[in-house]
Amino acid sequence: MKTAESLGSESSAPVFTEPRRYGRWASAAGVLLLSYLIAKSFYTNPFIEHSVIGEYLFHPVILGGVWVTITLAVTAMVLATVLGVILGLMSRSSNPVLTGINRAYIAFFRAVPLLVQILIWGNLSLFFQRLTLTIPFTSITLIDLDTNDVMTTFVAGALGLGLHQAARMSEVVRAGINSVGRGQFDAALSLGMQRRQVTFLVVLPQAMRVIVPPAGNEFISVLKATSLIFVIAGGDLLTNAQNIAATNLRVLELLTVASIWYLAMVAIATAGQRLLERRYSKGYSGDQTSTSPIRMAVQKVSAWLQR
Amino acid sequence: MVAAVEITNVSKSYGDVEVLINASLVVEAGTTLGLIGPSGAGKSTLLRCINHLETIDSGTIKVHGEMVGYRREGNRLFELGHSEIARRRAGIEMVFQHFNLFPHMTAIENVMAGPVYVKGVGKGEARAVAMEHLRAVAVENRADFYPSELSGGQQQRVGIARALAMDPTVILLDEPTSSLDPALVGEVLDTMSELSGRGITMLVVTHAIGFARSSCDDVAIMVDGGIIEQGPPGDVLVNPKEERSRVFLRRVIG
Repeated sequence: MKTAESLGSESSAPVFTEPRRYGRWASAAGVLLLSYLIAKSFYTNPFIEHSVIGEYLFHPVILGGVWVTITLAVTAMVLATVLGVILGLMSRSSNPVLTGINRAYIAFFRAVPLLVQILIWGNLSLFFQRLTLTIPFTSITLIDLDTNDVMTTFVAGALGLGLHQAARMSEVVRAGINSVGRGQFDAALSLGMQRRQVTFLVVLPQAMRVIVPPAGNEFISVLKATSLIFVIAGGDLLTNAQNIAATNLRVLELLTVASIWYLAMVAIATAGQRLLERRYSKGYSGDQTSTSPIRMAVQKVSAWLQR
Repeated sequence: MVAAVEITNVSKSYGDVEVLINASLVVEAGTTLGLIGPSGAGKSTLLRCINHLETIDSGTIKVHGEMVGYRREGNRLFELGHSEIARRRAGIEMVFQHFNLFPHMTAIENVMAGPVYVKGVGKGEARAVAMEHLRAVAVENRADFYPSELSGGQQQRVGIARALAMDPTVILLDEPTSSLDPALVGEVLDTMSELSGRGITMLVVTHAIGFARSSCDDVAIMVDGGIIEQGPPGDVLVNPKEERSRVFLRRVIG
């Protein structure tokens, strides 16, 4: 200290000092205040009765709706993924008819709004009274069913969501396949692999790394889009919440209940997405050496998934 | 005796660009041939035509007397179906400039892939054999590492082990050391030299003239889509007959 003083401030070692970021403080305070005011206006709103939210959060009808929403989203996503992979592979085919059909499918299902598609499936019985499957050019009938029996709101919702989503998934899959280098095909072919093996053992596992992150986002949007089947009284979370609200007139409380459940479901789906991403990024600059307990737990789970 | 690889008057073009022009080459069984020549001469393309990764426009390529990608009926050649081509490819293995290991599989899984998926060997047996091959190329201590965790030289040696695991009669090596760090070239060339004594026919596209001189039984020079000269390295590299060979060799050897 003495030497520093005697040498004067010019020659002493300079001290790193944080600049005073007034703007940052001001903007943070402003945003916090705004959030507080919005939250407060909801919380203190005399028309929202908090006890009603608690009362209905685990109401059997709401839980039933949550179950329908989850199963519907999963069913639609499985359908979309299977169809999406087929369409994605078709887009790379050397057969012009297949690529043409692929393009037409995507053009149609991307252009027509999802809500319209769900209404079409839900009202299918208006223009097809019976669903029959006959062997072409013969009169042998394999299946003959009443459309209203088959086309439950669940099936209509799953088809509407799934077919629409398949068009989006096929683009995701195509991007994933395109990300796999030409050399991988060369290596697999020169080993003597059959084309199907090249696709399923070499190309798709690598494409998954590119496919999984956007596919996770797609699943989350499907999860939310299930609320659209409200228009065909689908028995999902939103439908059931609205039905209760229609009888007790607690509209905002029940929408809050629905929102809490959607938030929770999306949070879980996001966590699942992280796990899958890790599972499919193996072999790409490893995080195997990580020692954080959370990561190690994640690795254990993903190792278990691999079995 | 039937030659291991017999290429006769092969031509190929991409649109207007002629890549191969009447190329002919014979590689006797169990020998190592070094294919050298300036960039763009068509060396890699010729190699890729041998296992039918590329189609040809005219001429014939036979491996042990059999065409890999075509079937002859009278005077017509028909391209074979994918599964038949795959079957015929299984005895011809390839090693690539950029290794092309499967990044989602560990080193040993890469070596096991051919035997397990193509030959239907059981996983336990395939693993044991794969370990032997990894030991032969001295990367057995990296068996459970992913390719991204290996050096270029190690990756290429795994690539060679992957080829060996299929018990090939012919190995095609496409510039196996060209994308390696200079310090790592030696270890891969040593592995290749060892291999050339094993009785497997090897066709090596290479810029390593030293390797061609010391480890190849034959050297062929390819210029402008054709093989212009073929013979023992002592002749071709020292006293080339063709002017174009001399021009090329003067540039690479000095």
